[in-house]
Amino acid sequence: MTFDYAPAPESRAVVDIASHYGLFIDGEFVETIDGTTFKTVNPATEEVLSEVTEAGAADVERAVKAARTAYKQTWSKMPGRERAKYLYRIARIIQERSRELAVLETLDNGKPIRESRDVDIPLVAAHFFYHAGWADKIAYAGYGDRAYGVAGQIIPWNFPLLMLAWKIAPALACGNTVVLKPAETTPLTALAFADICRQADLPPGVVNIVTGAGQTGRLLVESPGVDKVAFTGSTEVGRQIQRALAGTRKGLTLELGGKAANIVFDDAPVDEAIEGIVNGIFFNQGHVCCAGSRLLVQESVHDEVLDALKRRLATLRMGDPMDKNTDIGAINSFEQQSRIDDLVRAGEDEGADRWSAPCTIPERGWWFPPTVFTGVTQAHRIAREEIFGPVLSVLTFRTPDEAVEKANNTPFGLSAGVWSEKGSRILWMASRLRAGVVWANTFNRFDPASPFGGYKESGFGREGGRQGLAAYLKQEVV
Amino acid sequence: MEGRLDVRKTYKLFIGGAFPRSESGRTYAVTDAKGRFLANASLASRKDARDAVLAARAAQGGWWSATAYNRGQILYRIAEMMEGRRAQFEDEIERAEGVSTRRAVAQVDACIDRWVWYAGWSDKIAQVLGSSNPVAGPYFNFSVPEPTGVVAAIAPQRPSLLGLVSVVAPIIVSGNTCVVIASAECPLPAITLAEVLATSDLPGGVVNVLTGAPGEIGPWLASHADVNALDLTGVVDDGVATEMAVAAAETITRVLPPPASPPDWSADPGLGRIRAFVETTTVWHPQGV
Repeated sequence: MTFDYAPAPESRAVVDIASHYGLFIDGEFVETIDGTTFKTVNPATEEVLSEVTEAGAADVERAVKAARTAYKQTWSKMPGRERAKYLYRIARIIQERSRELAVLETLDNGKPIRESRDVDIPLVAAHFFYHAGWADKIAYAGYGDRAYGVAGQIIPWNFPLLMLAWKIAPALACGNTVVLKPAETTPLTALAFADICRQADLPPGVVNIVTGAGQTGRLLVESPGVDKVAFTGSTEVGRQIQRALAGTRKGLTLELGGKAANIVFDDAPVDEAIEGIVNGIFFNQGHVCCAGSRLLVQESVHDEVLDALKRRLATLRMGDPMDKNTDIGAINSFEQQSRIDDLVRAGEDEGADRWSAPCTIPERGWWFPPTVFTGVTQAHRIAREEIFGPVLSVLTFRTPDEAVEKANNTPFGLSAGVWSEKGSRILWMASRLRAGVVWANTFNRFDPASPFGGYKESGFGREGGRQGLAAYLKQEVV
Repeated sequence: MEGRLDVRKTYKLFIGGAFPRSESGRTYAVTDAKGRFLANASLASRKDARDAVLAARAAQGGWWSATAYNRGQILYRIAEMMEGRRAQFEDEIERAEGVSTRRAVAQVDACIDRWVWYAGWSDKIAQVLGSSNPVAGPYFNFSVPEPTGVVAAIAPQRPSLLGLVSVVAPIIVSGNTCVVIASAECPLPAITLAEVLATSDLPGGVVNVLTGAPGEIGPWLASHADVNALDLTGVVDDGVATEMAVAAAETITRVLPPPASPPDWSADPGLGRIRAFVETTTVWHPQGV
């Protein structure tokens, strides 16, 4: 006898999406001066959700000017304890509107409602609460107390509102004002956040949201009125930004790509490790910069782990992201699906063995089934390049030294996972892995008190924790 | 001594613990403040820079995994060795920079004291820059600073020795290794310092000293994929600084820009330089029975 899941759709009635959005500048929604518009779609259905503004040069300048004025006249003069209360207010409103934000995120991004409801939005609220408390305690953090001024921030589409929180909360807590550009495929929760700023009576100009694509981002980075740039996204764009800012004395932090090793030793508890592997690479359709996309499994347990993993993957449910029982949602865009297709084809062409979970692919929208490659070597593109999709490359090792060597053999260094029952081995591994976050016997955990960020081509600077405040405070080095 | 011809020293590069000449065979004449010949220093080439990066990379793993206590002892040993040779340093600085004996003495004092200051930091960096993080869940979570890796640095022109020490010590104290281009005008004290480094139990390759033109070899170091961070403190030409920062972007190399105004090298250095060349690793582990 088999059991089937009954449909359990989350209600869409909690959201009210306007047919058109302007830009949020100086505390109000305004129409563009020299921009255009573009459409944002639901990647699970290809339905057009709204028409959004692509900000032009004059729009970006207007937003930067509003941020500058707000910095000079209001925000920099306000005592930290008052700034703190605004951040607390924002955190509370996010909690109050959490269901609406979760639904909006899932509609625009394609991630399962279970994840936006249980992971993204609670972390967003937590992030504002955490940083609210810092606002009047900055001097205790050890990085001085001089804000940069205006921060220009650019965020990706994989965790739209959470990345906004990671950027805006510490920037405001440290006393900066911001102009933030959300990703072009996921602007809606950022625009909802603009409304939250209004409900919180945040002074106009402290937060400005300019929607658009790469060109809008470039304008923001190169605006002379921006004192600090914070970017999360691809290493390629990060490189362009670092180049553009060379010699300007603007502050810069980058959170870029990754190709994390998830290392399973032969003494690891297999069932827990399997859950960790699944969470590591199939959480959020693998659209996670710190995803555990390279499974390094000790040779002696390779077959056992792979069999258990495939059994587990066959039970994952792919489909309507709004269904509360869905595990794997939609790929965020056609472009991303094409990139995954390309790299998977390269994996096959280079001789690795592909296995994909038996999923029914919905007719509309963009999808990719959970996929595992075995027989992968370090030279394969699928072992070196970030796929940013639900694709796992499996490699093997014999000794801890070999595991470290292989894990570190990448230009990236964002995260790593270690599965073992032996405490001394875990600490030994953690001290040798060149990765900003090491998850031992767990994976993909996030917390506002926990610094996050990479080594090498995964970027520089940290977000979260005391260390994360350094990104928004001007340092003089003697 | 009347009638006796003194034996001059050949000033060479310091790479991987050895003192090679430039592979290019090039030298340049170093003069004192009044233009009188002092010595022919090696004019380091792009190949020398690459060899130095290779040596720094090879040494990094061992230096990083040495205990902080051990690193501190070695930095303190450098101070001890400098103290023993201070007359030579004073003499070289006085002649090269054309400063008074009093100022040369003060510079050497400051250099020795700076090594002592940074020696004491080695086993405190993690306590001051690290943290235990109270996450909302059953996890133990802690953050530790780790060395960025291989750092390429341009030492200031003046003060030639104090500038060099002030740049190098904070780079290596946390476990980084470095390639440093010494003051082009006054390179001789840097090479004498290398002799001190070579006899202070500092593993070969942890500090590599090049003499020559920063504008020539700096950009090669900046674009080198195995250099993790750049310290542009001694770069005076804005064009060179920008060129190096642009090259660094290719592999997301960290860049400490040149100071906005001439630094007061006698001031308390603070933690800024140490912090510029460490990364934070955060480790999560579940708690439970």
